[in-house]
Amino acid sequence: MLTLKQRRSLTTALMGILAWGVALAIFFPIFWMLLTSFKTEIDAFATPPQLFFTPTLENYTLVNERSDYFHFAWNSVVVSFGSTIIGMLLAVPAAYSMAFFETKRTKATLLWMLSTKMLPPVGVLVPIYLLFKDLQMLDTRLGLTIIFTLINLPIMIWMAYTYFKEIPKEVLEAARMDGSTLFQEIWRVLLPMSKGGLASTVLLSLILSWNEAFWSLNLTASQAAPLTALIASYSSPEGLFWAKLSAVSTLACAPILIFGWISQKQLVRGLSFGAVK
Amino acid sequence: MSSNLLLPALVTAGILSASSSALAATKVTIGTVNNGDMIRMQSLSDAFEAEYPHIDLDWVVLEENVLRQRLTTDIATGGGQFDVMTIGMYEAPIWGEKGWLTVMDDLPADYDKEDIFPSVLGGLSKNGKLYALPFYAESSMTYYRKDLFEANGLTMPDQPTWDQMKSFAKTLHKPDEGQYGICLRGKAGWGENMALITTMANAFGARWFDEEWKPEFSGPEWKNALTFYVDLLGNYGPPGASSNGFNENLALFNSGKCGMWVDATVAGAFVTDEAQSKVADKVDFALAPSQKTDKGAGWLWSWALAIPVSSDAKEAAKTFITWATSKSYSALVAETTGIATIPPGTRASTYENAEYIAAAPFATRTLESMDKADPNDATLKPAPYVGVQFAAIPEFQAIATQVGKLFSGALAGSMSAEQALMGAQSITTREMTRARYYSN
Repeated sequence: MLTLKQRRSLTTALMGILAWGVALAIFFPIFWMLLTSFKTEIDAFATPPQLFFTPTLENYTLVNERSDYFHFAWNSVVVSFGSTIIGMLLAVPAAYSMAFFETKRTKATLLWMLSTKMLPPVGVLVPIYLLFKDLQMLDTRLGLTIIFTLINLPIMIWMAYTYFKEIPKEVLEAARMDGSTLFQEIWRVLLPMSKGGLASTVLLSLILSWNEAFWSLNLTASQAAPLTALIASYSSPEGLFWAKLSAVSTLACAPILIFGWISQKQLVRGLSFGAVK
Repeated sequence: MSSNLLLPALVTAGILSASSSALAATKVTIGTVNNGDMIRMQSLSDAFEAEYPHIDLDWVVLEENVLRQRLTTDIATGGGQFDVMTIGMYEAPIWGEKGWLTVMDDLPADYDKEDIFPSVLGGLSKNGKLYALPFYAESSMTYYRKDLFEANGLTMPDQPTWDQMKSFAKTLHKPDEGQYGICLRGKAGWGENMALITTMANAFGARWFDEEWKPEFSGPEWKNALTFYVDLLGNYGPPGASSNGFNENLALFNSGKCGMWVDATVAGAFVTDEAQSKVADKVDFALAPSQKTDKGAGWLWSWALAIPVSSDAKEAAKTFITWATSKSYSALVAETTGIATIPPGTRASTYENAEYIAAAPFATRTLESMDKADPNDATLKPAPYVGVQFAAIPEFQAIATQVGKLFSGALAGSMSAEQALMGAQSITTREMTRARYYSN
């Protein structure tokens, strides 16, 4: 018969093992991609898959010779950060009005916004392509930034709305009583109180924009193509490509992984130090 | 700046600005696929830009299916994002007929169009008008391990029948030793399993449509072909064959796990390359298998370069594609990366070059296979369509994608060959009726 203490330590150990298992399962594809990027094409295709092999940097050298990585990476940075900044500038006021000045149509509007995410993007490809063609925005970073902002905006508004709803109206009313203007109320009171949640929104928007492939592939050619388009260029119907594809995918993932890793502490701190938590 | 200096300064600036815009290079944006030959062309583009300094090349390399979707959107909407498009034998006549592609006439005298194989030119033309210049072309052929054949006392004929292939596969199949009798495409896709299965069906005397465009999947020829395919690959193929496409089979063959393989002639360069093949010196080549007929037994495909009518740099684009598909480009490739890496399958002169034949052991069979493939006469019974492993009609891509999934399902065991054929007949009849080829 286990004592209460023993049962607790067993539960803790089991939970630890489970957490490690889940973490490893999530990380494994990334680990395998990293490993494959150091293999030759033959090793990458070998059956059974090889865990031990002679590592090579030839895939990275080849990617460096064949593609202007920094051109694609810079496009990804500009478009992801650009769309996130514009998205937040629109999402915060929208979520503020919906959270604190709710009307009978607010819920329906929120649902309608989310419903736009349910339409398969390919359904509106031709109209958007024609619009972009007429506005001369095909293969431009501005065009891609606008599209990314629009596709992420419903989620950003929903997330910001959820965080704002947790803040008592009375806090904002108190600020108003103290003579705050609308801008001061949002900037000095609302944003600091919801910074953890908004930081998560920003990070999610960045990740979604960074990983977006459908519109990147369809609306860009050479000038505004981001890293997702670079990855797509290494898949081949005739010829072995797994190792090269893994190398270019590693290079494409690296910046956002590093960014996520660095901002992790701030995010966690932000989430756990909310004013009303 | 004093006023007496201002005027000359402005005039000078104006002249400089005008001259710089006059000298500005024309940008040619090329959409292409990530194949070895295409990447080589990209790496040699410096030579082109040195020869034509007024033209700047801008490359957009994409995976085949992505590129196809991207180019289709652009050309159908007149987007004008690309000046040169890499398209296949399926798209060229369809897009040309719709008026989306520039006709390739008035080619330079030294281009020597007559040197290009007539079957390849024919596949890229519609109503006598050529819409794309072929960069490389391929047929299909049989790859086999001559060491295993010798060890087992087998002899591969110049053109085996599918029945012979089955008997060879049975002898060579030793799954316990990691050696499979035959590797064939099983992955669903109109350009994957359907390319192989259609040529196999052609050999069994089948065709996609009768003279009135009615699908023939309910006929005995298709039943024989598909049942044979499922039986052959299911019993003597590698495990999980229904998810193997060209690349997976190439990897299996190169690692010595396949006794035989029927696939694209371009694989000849890969399987004989010691850097990527463990069996480089043990491979031999035969024609694609026949059965009831040898008509349409080997496919015909070409990756070609075309200029959309929406391009605003047509002249510069034409200069580039005539350069990239010329004899002098082949010479440049031979000089830079070796003669065996010349884009294959398009020019007779390539195969008249003794040095090339010596360097590329697969060249003779490739030439024979290309000679035999005729997109205008690929079936035993007369067919209303052009194309060996496809029917060059706009509806084919969507139909064959769905049929490919059914056939892949039959191979995986999720349905019987009969059920897959019934499904194929029903899908194809529905789509062809909708497209008003006939009414029920």
